[in-house]
Amino acid sequence: MSENDIGTSRIDRHPILEFHRRKELTIYYHGRPILAYEGETVASALYAAGVRTFSYSPGLDRPRGLFCAIGKCASCVMNIDGISNVRSCITPVRNGMIVEEQKGAGTFPETTVGDYETASPELEADMVIIGGGPAGLSAALEAADLGMSVLLLDENHQLGGQLIKQTHRFFGSKEHDAGVRGVTIAKSMIEKVEASDKVSVLLGTTAFGYYPGGVIAAVKENKQLVKITGKRVLLATGAAENSLAFENNDLPGVYGAGAAQTLMNVYGVKPGDEVLMVGSGNVGVIVSYQLMQAGVRIKAIVEAMPKIGAYFVHAAKIRRFGVPIYVGHSIKRAFGNGKVEGATIVKLDDKWQPVPGTEFDVKCDVICLSVGLHPSYELMAQAGCAIKFIPELSGHVAVHNRNLETTVPGIYVAGDSSGVEEASIAMMEGKVAAISAAFSLGKPVGEKRKEADQMLEHTQKQLESLRDGPFGARGRNGKRKSFELYEQLTGARV
Amino acid sequence: MSDWQTEGYLTVDDLKEKGNIPPEERLRKAPVAITECIQEIPCNPCKAACPFDAILMETITAPPKVDFDKCTGCTMCMRVCPGLTIFMVYLRKKGGEEVGEITIPYELLPVPEKMSVVEAINRRGEIVGEAVITRVFPPEKNSGTALITMEVPAELLMEVRSIGRVIRGPEGVSR
Ligand SMILES: Cc1cc2nc3c(=O)[nH]c(=O)nc-3n(C[C@H](O)[C@H](O)[C@H](O)COP(=O)(O)OP(=O)(O)OC[C@H]3O[C@@H](n4cnc5c(N)ncnc54)[C@H](O)[C@@H]3O)c2cc1C
Ligand code: SF4
Ligand code: SF4
Ligand code: FES
Repeated sequence: MSENDIGTSRIDRHPILEFHRRKELTIYYHGRPILAYEGETVASALYAAGVRTFSYSPGLDRPRGLFCAIGKCASCVMNIDGISNVRSCITPVRNGMIVEEQKGAGTFPETTVGDYETASPELEADMVIIGGGPAGLSAALEAADLGMSVLLLDENHQLGGQLIKQTHRFFGSKEHDAGVRGVTIAKSMIEKVEASDKVSVLLGTTAFGYYPGGVIAAVKENKQLVKITGKRVLLATGAAENSLAFENNDLPGVYGAGAAQTLMNVYGVKPGDEVLMVGSGNVGVIVSYQLMQAGVRIKAIVEAMPKIGAYFVHAAKIRRFGVPIYVGHSIKRAFGNGKVEGATIVKLDDKWQPVPGTEFDVKCDVICLSVGLHPSYELMAQAGCAIKFIPELSGHVAVHNRNLETTVPGIYVAGDSSGVEEASIAMMEGKVAAISAAFSLGKPVGEKRKEADQMLEHTQKQLESLRDGPFGARGRNGKRKSFELYEQLTGARV
Repeated sequence: MSDWQTEGYLTVDDLKEKGNIPPEERLRKAPVAITECIQEIPCNPCKAACPFDAILMETITAPPKVDFDKCTGCTMCMRVCPGLTIFMVYLRKKGGEEVGEITIPYELLPVPEKMSVVEAINRRGEIVGEAVITRVFPPEKNSGTALITMEVPAELLMEVRSIGRVIRGPEGVSR
């Protein structure tokens, strides 16, 4: 253990997870050596060593901490080995790495071109999949099974998307692994993908542009351009967490709930000691429970709506440990010197207005926001897919039909990026997209085609059954709107 | 029904109203499963896990109903329930008296030791008495979820649903 590891927040014992820390490495933070473990990110190593500020905002120079921890918000950008604007939350540590806080917009790298790989490799596959979450993984397995060559790309340095941090047992149907923990489902899918000789995986690679003819431009490890051509393309880029407007909402210590989950469940780093959770939907309540499992105290959950948003059973799980849930309340402000030290809560009236005089303070070192996610639709927009705002799908999405094809033929979407729902749905949608893509390429043939026809039919039915009931109404209505829009825009009937 | 949607816990009356509480005779016979799951959520692993077809559920979103006559108290359903909302309850004879035997799913550390005495906690997180841990099905045998069986005064059978701090260790040592 190095000196810098004093006051570490690394989790040693956990009721569900075991953290097998790999080789010890050293990174240098403003010259100070920091212990890191191979396989973790710069942000998790710094966090474990007590660093909370990663950058300073342009103009006002306000300290910024993590927010999403999955590469989606740029709150954590740092100067890493002389390059500005590197997302420290998805950059794996390397021995001897030099890391510095970033001020404002950063500077153009002084490093010479010679440090970069100038030759850009060109890769091809029948099906190119952007995003290795449950949607992308399940699509890759299905596509490979139907005889397609697959290239699976993820900007993270490991596969699994959001599934690798879900330590709870899943809801849903037994046939689709309900009762099994998300992390276990992820592991089994990842192992299958890695074992498949039809699937090539490219990690640490961000897709940033789409060009006609199924051409994807991507950048590998911040230094190499890659050109990838797919006969069919699936954009399964997931979703990003929403923020919320309140005073000091950018103070280090205000995180997306998913970021806290990533820190503790993927990297084994405790996000803090005392947490205020904002939002009582499934994510807020599940992450609260998982924080308790990591040894963190939940001071309270606040919910603006007049009732709890999560499945009742999830809420009951934390209520029996005495965690208070304040419905009809919201956060008014965060306070603290350079980092979160507490929050002021206020009661809301039936018109959502704060009721003066009802404020009270909660002492905490972390405020988690679980106020929804929005689909990551940027690549779809850039590719020219028709984009519409569908509130039931939680934001802007590429209009798609029942087979998950967008208005640009050959481009498919699946999972949270096509409307925020949940993992079993993401997996089934990935499957549907892969089968539709295979059919459009005339694959497979004979007996296998009949089987695939049945599988498609069956999966579509299961999607409907999962969207049954009051909790499925949003997804059900949102998808219906998308299918109808697709018909209007393309004149096609599906 | 109570304000369960704003409070986050059910009352015994709510569960009675839903028909989720077994009759007294059944409670005295042997451990039996009760499900505190009353919302229409897409979930069915409890039904799939029951070897005795004792859990009824028409569609995947229908709340489960236990057939108390068919249920053998085997715990298979509670082992997989993602809501941690199935409990085994039993009014057991002990000497001349009756005690409440409750089994809960538990996923926090530390896992209490057998024969230790712990705080008995209700659905609202309040301490309502003491519980003696009588059996521990270890978490490593059930992918992380321990099953903790405890003894409480008979009148707390329908109240206690969680445990708190250890009051005395297995050797009677106060902690
Ligand atoms: C706290 C929490 C609890 C949840 N609980 C449940 C639950 O109990 N049951 C359930 O079914 N679901 C649950 N979910 C939802 C579930 O995790 C998501 O619906 C599911 O992960 C969506 O899968 P996906 O493949 O669409 O996206 P993701 O899992 O988000 O994966 C998207 C992937 O795309 C990659 N990516 C994005 N953009 C690019 C790019 N430009 N280039 C390269 N790669 C890119 C990302 O790195 C990521 O790996 C929960 C979610 C959260 C946050
Ligand atoms: S305890 Fe056993 S018999 Fe009773 S409902 Fe559960 S699985 Fe079925
Ligand atoms: S497994 Fe648990 S949460 Fe799911 S339906 Fe059964 S009792 Fe309810
Ligand atoms: S991009 Fe790193 S915290 Fe959001």
